[in-house]
Amino acid sequence: MTQDMIVAKNLTKKYEDFIAVDGINFTVKRGEAFGLLGPNGAGKSTTMRMIASTSQRTDGELQILGKDPNTSGPEIRAHLGVVPQQDNLDFELKVWENLYIYGRYFGLARKFVKTKIEELLAFAQLEDKRNVKTDALSGGMKRRLTIARALVNEPEILMLDEPTTGLDPQARHVLWDRLFRLKEQGVTLVITTHYMDEAEQLCDRLIVMDKGKIMAEGAPAQLIKDYSSREVLEVRFGSSRNAEAAEKLAAVGDRIEVLPDRILIYSEDGDAVLKQIHELGLEPVTSLVRRSSLEDVFLRLTGRTLVD
Amino acid sequence: MSETSVTWQGATKLVNMRKALTFGAWFVAEYRLRNMSKWLGAIFAFGLGNPILFLLSVGIGIGSLVDKGSGGHPMDGVGYLVFLAPALLATAAIQGAMDETTFPTMQGFVWDKSFFSMNSTQLTGGAIVRGIMIAAAIRCVFTVFMYEIVLLAFGAVTWASIPALSWSSTIAGISFAAAMLAATSFVKQDDGFFAIVGRFIIAPMFMFSGTYYPLEILPTPLQAIGWISPVWHSTNLGRHLSYGHPVADWLVVVHYAYFLVLFVVAMYVATRQFEKRLAA
Repeated sequence: MTQDMIVAKNLTKKYEDFIAVDGINFTVKRGEAFGLLGPNGAGKSTTMRMIASTSQRTDGELQILGKDPNTSGPEIRAHLGVVPQQDNLDFELKVWENLYIYGRYFGLARKFVKTKIEELLAFAQLEDKRNVKTDALSGGMKRRLTIARALVNEPEILMLDEPTTGLDPQARHVLWDRLFRLKEQGVTLVITTHYMDEAEQLCDRLIVMDKGKIMAEGAPAQLIKDYSSREVLEVRFGSSRNAEAAEKLAAVGDRIEVLPDRILIYSEDGDAVLKQIHELGLEPVTSLVRRSSLEDVFLRLTGRTLVD
Repeated sequence: MSETSVTWQGATKLVNMRKALTFGAWFVAEYRLRNMSKWLGAIFAFGLGNPILFLLSVGIGIGSLVDKGSGGHPMDGVGYLVFLAPALLATAAIQGAMDETTFPTMQGFVWDKSFFSMNSTQLTGGAIVRGIMIAAAIRCVFTVFMYEIVLLAFGAVTWASIPALSWSSTIAGISFAAAMLAATSFVKQDDGFFAIVGRFIIAPMFMFSGTYYPLEILPTPLQAIGWISPVWHSTNLGRHLSYGHPVADWLVVVHYAYFLVLFVVAMYVATRQFEKRLAA
């Protein structure tokens, strides 16, 4: 069996005048957790829908599990697990019924689905919610149910579009734990997110997207190494004084980014830079030294922050 | 490949493609029936309550007036309730069936986007359309059956006329439900769509279709509303089949052709629009 689960070449999607995905190339290998990182409107969800073999590409080539989704859509979809951005569960049905009907859509035998439901409820930590009307679940529970549902057909690729958007921090961590377990079991994951911490936690490799194009590709740590320094010093002088202070800081550190509310100074040693700033006679209101993240990579590549 | 990964990646054998593609519509119908079961109380209440109230007020009230006023020559040579029954059944069949195509289509595309979750499995737009129609047809037969029970209790129909009346009303219900399915598949937002359909399509269809009196009584321009209305085609056919109301052979053919064309065109349009909308 092929080890390349997804191969995209010059993949393009146009809506009338608007180019949502602009000729991107990438490959996802078996067992890999692959991320699409970018702000809203970067083309991540459109790319996901093309991989999910529901939305047809305008141009380029796409192979999923060795097949072309334009001609083998249903065959490919039978082996995918799709978690859309919005939980499209049936809220009138009970929790177990949502898993049941989805298993039945795939034509799985009733008896098999009933056994599978137990496994999935345990995985999603929803065993005691089995007979609850889906509408009554919390946001995090609905999300976990949607993920459990996507696993009913034992998919070869699990696709998650913004899996934790709108969830509180605790619910996010529970979800990450579940996804991490799948990854350990060797499930191929494709994840879109605009959260850099999520991408760093879950993805082996990712593409950074903006305006339908790929800006960079690689492992999170490698991208940080390639596009940013080891550390970042964040200083605030108050919004009225930021610009003035930035002029004086031009010579400090490797590189500097001036944001409306703060100044980022990239350097291998953040504390040393802070010391230099004090020596220049500048007194920032607040200062923080941290490790570089994907957020910094994105800022470097696009000049914009991920979450506006 | 490790053993744990087999648990999650054995899909190649798990989904039987041939079975999944052949019976796709039935899996959708199975879901629709499960969803419907959540509203079973309402389905029963409307299914029985509507005909009981209607027959008590219009059927018996106006019926006795008409029967008396006809001086021993009742409508079409039969009692008013017998005359009315095919029209009532046609309307009930249409209403019951279209409830199961319009609301689910709005639900599927707009409210909870369930069609998109169906379409992320191997199910195609065509399978979804057919599945919805199967469930609507089942609801239609069920609604007609409940109505007939009430009609039987009121003595408006005889057991012998049940097969003919079931046939004439169910084909109307199914073809019009298909038309409404096609229409609803174009609706992007529910801003007054259902109100417009109810007031400007369903109500006139019922009023000008020879429901309460023979269509021929109306002036020709108004009769035309009846000619395009499924209620009239069904009612006329039902009267012909159940108690021998005279209808020319060519007109019987027209009635059947009307429903066949309506159904085929509607299914074609709906399938095309579903596939297009799901692939956007």
